[in-house]
Amino acid sequence: MSEIKKFMYVNRKAPYGTIYAWEALEVILIGAAFEQDVSLAFMDDGVYQLTKGQDTTGIGMKNFSPTYSALGDYEITKIYVDKESLEERGLSLDDLQHLVWEDEDEDWAEKDSIRLVSRTELADVLAEQDVLFNF
Amino acid sequence: MKLTIQVNEGPYQHQSADSAYFFTKAALEKGHKIYRVFFYHDGVNNGTRLTTPPQDDRNIVNRWSELAKEHDLDMVVCVAAAQRRGIVDDGEAQRNGKDATNIADGFRISGLGQLVEGAIQSDRLVVFGD
Repeated sequence: MSEIKKFMYVNRKAPYGTIYAWEALEVILIGAAFEQDVSLAFMDDGVYQLTKGQDTTGIGMKNFSPTYSALGDYEITKIYVDKESLEERGLSLDDLQHLVWEDEDEDWAEKDSIRLVSRTELADVLAEQDVLFNF
Repeated sequence: MKLTIQVNEGPYQHQSADSAYFFTKAALEKGHKIYRVFFYHDGVNNGTRLTTPPQDDRNIVNRWSELAKEHDLDMVVCVAAAQRRGIVDDGEAQRNGKDATNIADGFRISGLGQLVEGAIQSDRLVVFGD
């Protein structure tokens, strides 16, 4: 498997209520071992997956949101967030976790993983991909 | 074209389980290759042989099994999703101390890596789900 493909995982659903978000994250973590050119997109209710301060004690489910902060360690450094989806829900970048990765080419400088993009820009990124996983 | 099919929804609950089958069948009839059919989320429930639909309804599970037999399809049920939802083969029953199995003919249980590898090896990943 020498060919490297552009993989994008598109996350469109709220973190709880259905299992899609959690099982998508499981694919993302396993997929990281395959050394493809991976990026993630969060749009529609999917933007709620990245919000900080999630508390699931009232619904008896595991709060898996801390896992997103480990994505940098899996060399997943491109996380696109649809700006309009945030705005439609009264959210801004400040409501999301601060996700970072360390750039080994620049003495492990810490860099932001989240790229806030307009819907039009996100459409262009989607069009560049070889494989779209849709959750 | 070489295709990997991902089925994300359960049988009878959601039409995408039917659509995935019809698409796969049509693609094979058109001469395309199906590298793998991967069942994820509630889609793993397409692989239980204990399904008993009413006689005047389609049998979604048997339909997949027959298609797999006819075309030698590789139909993979995700192990993590299967464990949550009680889809069990001999190996899983043994590993997890279960007293029964229910995997249908033509299906096998394996890891998520099979989905990712399918996407790498195929010209297209076609996803059926919500």
